[in-house]
Amino acid sequence: MAGVETSPYVSDEVRQTTCYMCACRCGINVHLRDGKVRYIEGNRDHPVNRGVLCAKGSAGIMQHYSPARLTTPLMRTGERGEGKFRPISWDEALDVAASWLREVRHSDPRKLAFFTGRDQSQSLTGWWAQQFGTPNFAAHGGFCSVNMATAGIYTFGGAFWEFGSPDWERTELFLLFGVAEDHDSNPIKLGLAHLKERGVKVVGVNPVRTGYNAVADEWVGITPGTDGLFVASLIHELLRAGKVDTDYLLRYTNAAWLVIDNIGATDHGLIARDDNGTPLVLDRGSSTARPSDAPDVRPALKGRVDLGDGRSATPVFELLARTYLDPRYAPAATAEETGVSAAQTERIARDIAEAAFERTVVVEQPWTDLKGERHERMVGRPVSVHAMRGISAHSNGFQTCRLLHLLQILIGSIDVPGGYRFKPPYPRPIAGQPRPHGKESHADAPLSGPHLGFPRGPEDLLLEDDGVTPIRIDKGFSWDAPLSAHGLMHMVIANAHAHDPYGLDVLFMYMANMAWNSSMNTGGVMEMLTDRDDSGAYRIPKIIYSDAYASEMVAYADLILPDTTYLERHDAISLLDRPISEPDAMCDALRWPVCEPDREVRGFQSVLLDLGARLGLPGMVDDAGEPLYRDYADYIVNHQRKPGIGPLAGWRGPDGADTGRGEPNPDQLDRYRENGGFFMDHVPEEARYFKHANAAWADWATARGLQDGPVENVFQLYLEPLRRFQLAAEGHLDLAPPQHLKAQIRDHFTPLPIWYPPFEGARLDTVDYPLHAITQRPAAMYHSWGSQNAWLRQIHGTNPLFVPAEVCDAAGLEDGDWAFVISSHGRIRVPVQRMHAVNGKTLWTWNAIGKRAGAWSLSPEAPEARRGFLLNHLINELLPPRGDGRRWSNSDPITGQAAWFDLRVRIEKAPPADHAEPRFTPLASPVEKPPRNVVYGSEWT
Amino acid sequence: MHPAVSIIFFTVTSGAGFGMIALLGLGFPMPEGWLAAFLVSALAGVLAVAGLISSTLHLGHPERALLAFTQWPTSWLSREGVLAVATMVAFGIYVLVWMVTGSRVLLLGIAIAALAVATIYSTAMIYGQLRTVPAWHTGLTPAVYLGFAFASALLAATAVGAATALGPLPLVVIAILAVVVAWAIKFAWWRRAETATLASIGAGTGPATGLSSLGTVRPFEPPHTGPTYLTREMVHRIGRKHARVLRIIAVVLGGAIPIGLALLGWLGLPTPLWAGLAFAAMISGLFVERWLFFAEAEHSVAAYYHPH
Amino acid sequence: MTALPALTEAKLGLVIDLDTCVGCHACVVSCKEWNTGGYGAPLGDRDAYGDTPEGAWLNRIHSYEISPENGPAEIVHFPKSCLHCDDAPCVTVCPTGASYKRSEDGIVLVDEDRCIGCGLCAWACPYGAREMDPVEKVMKKCTLCVDRIYNDNIPEEDRVPACVRTCPANARHFGDLADPESDVSQLVAARGGMDLMPALGTKPVNKYLPPRRKADRDSGTPHADRLPDAPGGFLGWLDATLDRLG
Repeated sequence: MAGVETSPYVSDEVRQTTCYMCACRCGINVHLRDGKVRYIEGNRDHPVNRGVLCAKGSAGIMQHYSPARLTTPLMRTGERGEGKFRPISWDEALDVAASWLREVRHSDPRKLAFFTGRDQSQSLTGWWAQQFGTPNFAAHGGFCSVNMATAGIYTFGGAFWEFGSPDWERTELFLLFGVAEDHDSNPIKLGLAHLKERGVKVVGVNPVRTGYNAVADEWVGITPGTDGLFVASLIHELLRAGKVDTDYLLRYTNAAWLVIDNIGATDHGLIARDDNGTPLVLDRGSSTARPSDAPDVRPALKGRVDLGDGRSATPVFELLARTYLDPRYAPAATAEETGVSAAQTERIARDIAEAAFERTVVVEQPWTDLKGERHERMVGRPVSVHAMRGISAHSNGFQTCRLLHLLQILIGSIDVPGGYRFKPPYPRPIAGQPRPHGKESHADAPLSGPHLGFPRGPEDLLLEDDGVTPIRIDKGFSWDAPLSAHGLMHMVIANAHAHDPYGLDVLFMYMANMAWNSSMNTGGVMEMLTDRDDSGAYRIPKIIYSDAYASEMVAYADLILPDTTYLERHDAISLLDRPISEPDAMCDALRWPVCEPDREVRGFQSVLLDLGARLGLPGMVDDAGEPLYRDYADYIVNHQRKPGIGPLAGWRGPDGADTGRGEPNPDQLDRYRENGGFFMDHVPEEARYFKHANAAWADWATARGLQDGPVENVFQLYLEPLRRFQLAAEGHLDLAPPQHLKAQIRDHFTPLPIWYPPFEGARLDTVDYPLHAITQRPAAMYHSWGSQNAWLRQIHGTNPLFVPAEVCDAAGLEDGDWAFVISSHGRIRVPVQRMHAVNGKTLWTWNAIGKRAGAWSLSPEAPEARRGFLLNHLINELLPPRGDGRRWSNSDPITGQAAWFDLRVRIEKAPPADHAEPRFTPLASPVEKPPRNVVYGSEWT
Repeated sequence: MHPAVSIIFFTVTSGAGFGMIALLGLGFPMPEGWLAAFLVSALAGVLAVAGLISSTLHLGHPERALLAFTQWPTSWLSREGVLAVATMVAFGIYVLVWMVTGSRVLLLGIAIAALAVATIYSTAMIYGQLRTVPAWHTGLTPAVYLGFAFASALLAATAVGAATALGPLPLVVIAILAVVVAWAIKFAWWRRAETATLASIGAGTGPATGLSSLGTVRPFEPPHTGPTYLTREMVHRIGRKHARVLRIIAVVLGGAIPIGLALLGWLGLPTPLWAGLAFAAMISGLFVERWLFFAEAEHSVAAYYHPH
Repeated sequence: MTALPALTEAKLGLVIDLDTCVGCHACVVSCKEWNTGGYGAPLGDRDAYGDTPEGAWLNRIHSYEISPENGPAEIVHFPKSCLHCDDAPCVTVCPTGASYKRSEDGIVLVDEDRCIGCGLCAWACPYGAREMDPVEKVMKKCTLCVDRIYNDNIPEEDRVPACVRTCPANARHFGDLADPESDVSQLVAARGGMDLMPALGTKPVNKYLPPRRKADRDSGTPHADRLPDAPGGFLGWLDATLDRLG
């Protein structure tokens, strides 16, 4: 018998870069042998994944060598949507793109919409669009999690995922709400493992009990869209029992700020301020209103004070207590709506109170706050929370996120030991955030600032001079979606097609599969992309698209700029963008070509810089009009957004000795590579908690260029900017929303968050559509990318609709049956599977498994195309018509977040079938036929 | 279990072949002359060998098949191979002597018969040894294989043999008896199989997952959404109704028709004709029986999968 | 040889924590990528981009739904690979000697050069731990990464099976289960590690740690867990609290 070789040769070289198999951006060790990828493992030193790697990450080999990779620039030859192209040279492709773009920029830059999907270079792409001068830029946040990010930033200068994380080391109770398993996935798994080791209770709030919710100690099988009501009930319970941290509230929040009571006046509901703009509080000593920063003031949390001019005012906290102590938020009163029993809500409220107030965590570390007060130790309320899309993707998502943050703040658990922790560069409260830009879009000129920002009130909206018409094609920062800090990518094609507010000339997209799983109303979007006007021209005249793979969207573009795979490209995982820091360290990372492309493909960011130079965009050419940057790598090293501040924070300065701020270092990328592809700089012990009020943090962050100086960060229990929008809707300001939006703004922009039913359900007869239908992210698949992956597609090649047992029984459905799922917008036919561990009103399936026949280099009869399906066909980007002739966006009214999870349906048994519906004609494949078998690694075995 | 055609063919025909070799060894009367000896032996040999060759068709690497003779101390499959070859070699010598001398060496014949029986037994034990398939894991499995091998071989031997001296009645009675006994064993096997469920041996989804103390355990999502080697090979499932029809076909072809033909032989149908037809019918019935032997058998791996 | 060793010096194996596994398939794919370029033939994928893709995998994750008597249904994710049984029926049935159990560490391996691809070992395994490679036509199974755990060419801390190295939920543990003092043995003792299908007498080396009891199992009386009202009502409590703060 042959002996086993137990110590075989493994690889020639290990190159450390950053994964891109999903959005988590883990560090990976790519083992190379004979110039091929032998295998990929997690980088043990990396702050995000600490050595572990998920299924997608390990399947990177199959993505890198996918037969669906585009191989050359393409120019459309057939009709849009057919998938017929001719290969062209890069010279021709760039000439064509530049000529289209030059014309737009010269005539009306607004006629370019540049939207990037799962882009990890928004710092560059946004800057490019700004230099181009179009107001129409955003990435995919608007249909992803803008509610989460925006509500968090407005409330306390942070949010989840990139913004902050639970204190895994010290927390005593962890609440997990509606989490997508491809968001922050390895850190959450590592964290859950840690909590399990420590025996800490994990509560999962999700209609579906799979994945993380399956291992949670307690499952709250909530009805979709009612999380806000559930959280309000928890707040009710905590208030009722006096389980709030008043000291914390007085120090770090606007709980004591006075709210003006002056019904009918223009300042009703605003914060009472002195002449310097300093908020007033009710001083318990003098019983008068005094500035909150007065040295000896003792603020009250309840009471009423005469402001001396006929107006009176009440502290925020009293308004808050009155709101949530209302019996309608009692657990028994919310149980039917939420599907959560009163006993369970009460139990979880008790668990929260117990952990927060009876298991207080103390870190023996003195620190000094921004007011100069020294604290001998860091005392924390060890309750932590993480939430994601299940909270976010509803039309009440913004206020639900606010409610969740209110809960965290009331018990004093933001950036304290055991609670939620900010990750550098956060906290970044509104005071340190830009306002939106895009008003001054002029021919051949850049915008004056970044597109995306945080309006403080109606005056910051991007509106035409009439005060009503949106400037942006997606109607971002308009009355439709005033706080749309990530734009509304899901509205771009529909609005451009409807010429509402105007038509486009060029639609330029990157990595966004809008002709399939990234759109609501997928079939409708395909029609819009192919629709023609009376003259026979396409209503969206020119479409440029960049992608690495033969996705469905490729077939709908006119000019294809093929991108590289993630192992062939440069990227900066930048603090200017979506950082990968950990609470104890600021971090950023490099992605670099560990393999050279073997095809006529180029990294999109390099192509964008090339186009920018051809167009002569400021910052991309020198005075002589010559390109400033050779490629993206050159840009990463040498671009400075502000003096000394560039895409990467590590090893700056000519000798690499500077951190955060410093001149460009020509050897910077080498230093990153030597360090395993990332940079990490630890936060000093003194600055690790209470960052919102910590002087050591402010000094440290300022020195590193994370902020320009100390930023006041008072947690906004009461969100005054929302009140300003209400005042506008009430007719008290010069600016006013159009008539049809007044009620929407008045009712939903409450400065204290309230729960309201999701719009779609509220507009429909719930007898006709009694059920909810949602998707969940499989941990082993990222959007549509995974189906081209020979390994991952075996794990998720089809997706049944999981149907609650009681719904199955009522509809006469059994495992293996087919069913029609019907929404107010459409009907799909799908295979069903019975399930018990799910909310009784909720149907669900895995996200983005279904594929259009012919796409992704798969056989047209592939299981993904036959039995896989999308719920997208049931969801419209518009709400059901009201009969007023208007197009009502199916979005959160505050942020414009796409309300994917509001979907209401009914289910009916279908006759036996062998394929899902709808079915579309197969796309022609722009790439060569794939091999039949894969035997990866045969040369080494 | 997945019913592979090559394996069905192998077990049925090699059973008949080795059964016939055993009968020859035990001196079942045969026509005189070297040609008859050759033809009769060839029939037995071809049945046995064709089965063996067929069994290699399902191998991933038949070119390495010789290795399968090495592990007879532990492996029933290896034993079967060794015994089959030993039987065939001994039978070859026996036939050579028979053809040359015209006489059959009884002692060698008995040894050959013992080897052939052991071969059939080993074949059966390849399946009978598997605790993972409770329906197979019984002494009845080799009994079934031996019973059918003997009955089918007897019909073949009767068809080509020279036992007419015994008179038609005893031949018919012996044949009917053999067929009845074989099917009686099979009915006993079927009856046992009814209760030989996965649960009965501690291989239901509960013990398979160790989770039954938490509640009722039901497979939810399979590891991969498409069919895999495991599901195709071991989670093959067949409807009860379908199985019932096939059982009737098997019994009619493999039992009722041979008995009926034998009775016609008693009524005067020439022996080679009724016995030959009975043999053909029985072999056809046994193909169906053997298909069911696999298709109906539940493997413990099925406990991990959804019953669809 | 297909005779089982009477005793192995060590019993290397895995301990899988069903309380922690989130069913993410990380171990599944990491196993595939290490082993397709490692021990034996590559792990082939037939019809990889076609209508019936089917590959060889050494580790697969099932999930089960459990309906308890007093509480909502639960889902348990369930990774499954070769259990490296002490009394491995897959070894003894092998006609060629390709299957064997190592006496030094108890790992059950297939010498693929001797494998004729008869499939009998897969039938003998109660757990579905062996798979015929659809392209290479030899039997594949978990090797416990025998080409990693002793490999001098990788850092010492990485000398664990690929699945253990990658598991983000720390649900997989590797060690010597013959040594009662080993971490894995301690874990098994502390958490009631269990065998799969013990009645079949295979004596698996790998153990499974059962899920802990869920908090939502208790169907307690209403309001049993309710927080008491703040003393003096909420506003009274507030006054008292603020007075304490000064």
